Amino acid sequence: MLEIRNLHARIAEDGTEIIRGLNLTVKAGEVAAIMGPNGSGKSTLSYILSGREDYEVTEGDILYNGESILELDPAERAAKGIFLAFQYPVEIPGVATMQFLKVALNEQRKQRGEAELTTPDFMKRVKDAAAHLKIAPEMLRRPLNVGFSGGEKKRAEILQMALLEPKLCILDETDSGLDIDALKIVSDGVNALRSPDRAVIVITHYQRLLEHIVPDTVHVLYKGQIIKSGDKSLALELEANGYADVIEAAA
Amino acid sequence: MSAQPQIKLTEAENALLAAYTEQVGDLPGNGDVLIARDRLITDIKTRGLPTRRVEAWHYTDLRNLLRQVPANANGDVEALAPLISGSAVFTLENGKVAAKAKAEGVTVRRIETMLADGSGAFLMSPRGDDDAVGRINGGFLRDGLEIAVADGAALAEPIELQVLHSGGQSHARFVVTVGAGASAQIVERQQGNGASAALVSSVSELTLKSGAEVSWIIVQEQGVSDTHFGQINFRLEKDAKLKLFIVNAGGKLVRQEVHGVTLGEGADFTFRVVNLLGGESHTDVTMTLGHDVPETTSTEIVRNVVFDKASGVFQGQIRVAPDAQKTDARMACNTLLLSEEADFSTKPELEIFADDVQCAHGATVADIDRNHLYYLMARGIPERRARGLLVQAFVAEVIEELDDAPLVEALEAVIEGWLERHGN
Repeated sequence: MLEIRNLHARIAEDGTEIIRGLNLTVKAGEVAAIMGPNGSGKSTLSYILSGREDYEVTEGDILYNGESILELDPAERAAKGIFLAFQYPVEIPGVATMQFLKVALNEQRKQRGEAELTTPDFMKRVKDAAAHLKIAPEMLRRPLNVGFSGGEKKRAEILQMALLEPKLCILDETDSGLDIDALKIVSDGVNALRSPDRAVIVITHYQRLLEHIVPDTVHVLYKGQIIKSGDKSLALELEANGYADVIEAAA
Repeated sequence: MSAQPQIKLTEAENALLAAYTEQVGDLPGNGDVLIARDRLITDIKTRGLPTRRVEAWHYTDLRNLLRQVPANANGDVEALAPLISGSAVFTLENGKVAAKAKAEGVTVRRIETMLADGSGAFLMSPRGDDDAVGRINGGFLRDGLEIAVADGAALAEPIELQVLHSGGQSHARFVVTVGAGASAQIVERQQGNGASAALVSSVSELTLKSGAEVSWIIVQEQGVSDTHFGQINFRLEKDAKLKLFIVNAGGKLVRQEVHGVTLGEGADFTFRVVNLLGGESHTDVTMTLGHDVPETTSTEIVRNVVFDKASGVFQGQIRVAPDAQKTDARMACNTLLLSEEADFSTKPELEIFADDVQCAHGATVADIDRNHLYYLMARGIPERRARGLLVQAFVAEVIEELDDAPLVEALEAVIEGWLERHGN
């Protein structure tokens, strides 16, 4: 589903290289965890996959279902099924959450040549998905993410993911700022979306989230490269021994 | 106002004078009114229209900006469905009253009648030397409505004043008095059929008796080649509350003046403006507010969205009289500049002669927040639509404050429509 080949990328504004020859393949149905110390390029990778214009790809390619997505803008990538759950979802005063959800759903459907949802159909979908994530209807009446707690923002991201039904889900530090109950709700939400035709990339610092969302593969990102890959036992090893051993072995 | 050396008049000034000579024969009015009209037009003739050297017109050089004065038109005007269904609709077509609704607690008289019998002669006094809007309006005034809301009346439905034209000139006047303890919502719509260029002026005199509560909403949607001069003068007695809300979504050259005073303790003025500016238009909103007595309050928020080569101005002057202690006045002007060539000037002026008051003003200018745009696009919303949503969001905060679902919905539709026509 996703194939990243020798990717080099830098910050557009100052030219700082962050991703330095990254290779990664994620298959449909797979849950891949990307772990790594602070500053290794984890969030940058997620932004580049989503098409954020602050980063420039200087070498290599990103293939999604066999096609390069480098020329696509974030909206086009989203319509093709790529979804990034943000580490820090932005607050947008004046944009009503429900209006945002409806526009996003229908704009994606339009780009894929599908009919727009009727209002009752849309309302039902939101209501069902919100109930699963224990999101109160009051929250949906507020402007997008405005005044939401950290946990509410993360749940709102998963709600969007559930409604948009993407094919490639990228979760950027979705566990940060969550208490144990919220972590459980969010993880259940993600697990409910696991399916043979959908891939999930979980970016995290800690093993904790991976106890709830059990990965098929674990990759260690360091200085913009994947320096080690393994199965879920690799995450446990990192938790027990830290990154130092892996980094040293790769050096 | 007199004995000034004659100046060389511009094409537009000459056209105004010629139009007056042509129309004066059939403009309504007794002798007093006619003399007053002549005086107003003579003022324009001797001093010309204001230039940027006149402080109140510094950012809108009327003499240079007003290029043409269209001839009168008498084409058909299509009736508009009211902004809020069920409203009592009063319609002026090309400056003349064409339809009058009936509403309980409301008495109405035509300005045409008041001019003819001379009781409307007082309408011919300009505000001061700089009052070009009042002079043009008074000089050419044909008709309009005097509307009185009885003491204690709580109007169930809004009053909608439709000021419509088919191009050419139209000049209207409204004199509205809302009685003690009465409440009313008044929607003023300024619109043309876009057939040909128009010169429109509309002046309103509004008095709120003690304890009256009024929301007055001006929706200006003139055509792309129209000139619009609006002026509203208000007086707030004790505990009167006025919410004045203006949406400018049209016109080529627009000057909307707001002049008010608080005359009794507890009076409150809420002023909100949304300026949607595009093309090569110029829009000026000028407000002067006198906190003339102690313990009165006001808030002013102006939100501007400027596309293309459009330019805009907000002048906000708040005067606090020497004994007007405990005044609380807060003014903000926020602008979203969406093109390199877009331009907006803000001039806040606080003249405070009392020492125990709270007055503040602030101004911001910004572009669309790139993080917001990225977030929306990352959810599959194409850039154009995402920008539209963010522009709407910028003004929505002000609209939603009205806290009146049908009105909010109607105004949001006006804004959405404008953005669809002008967006990005």
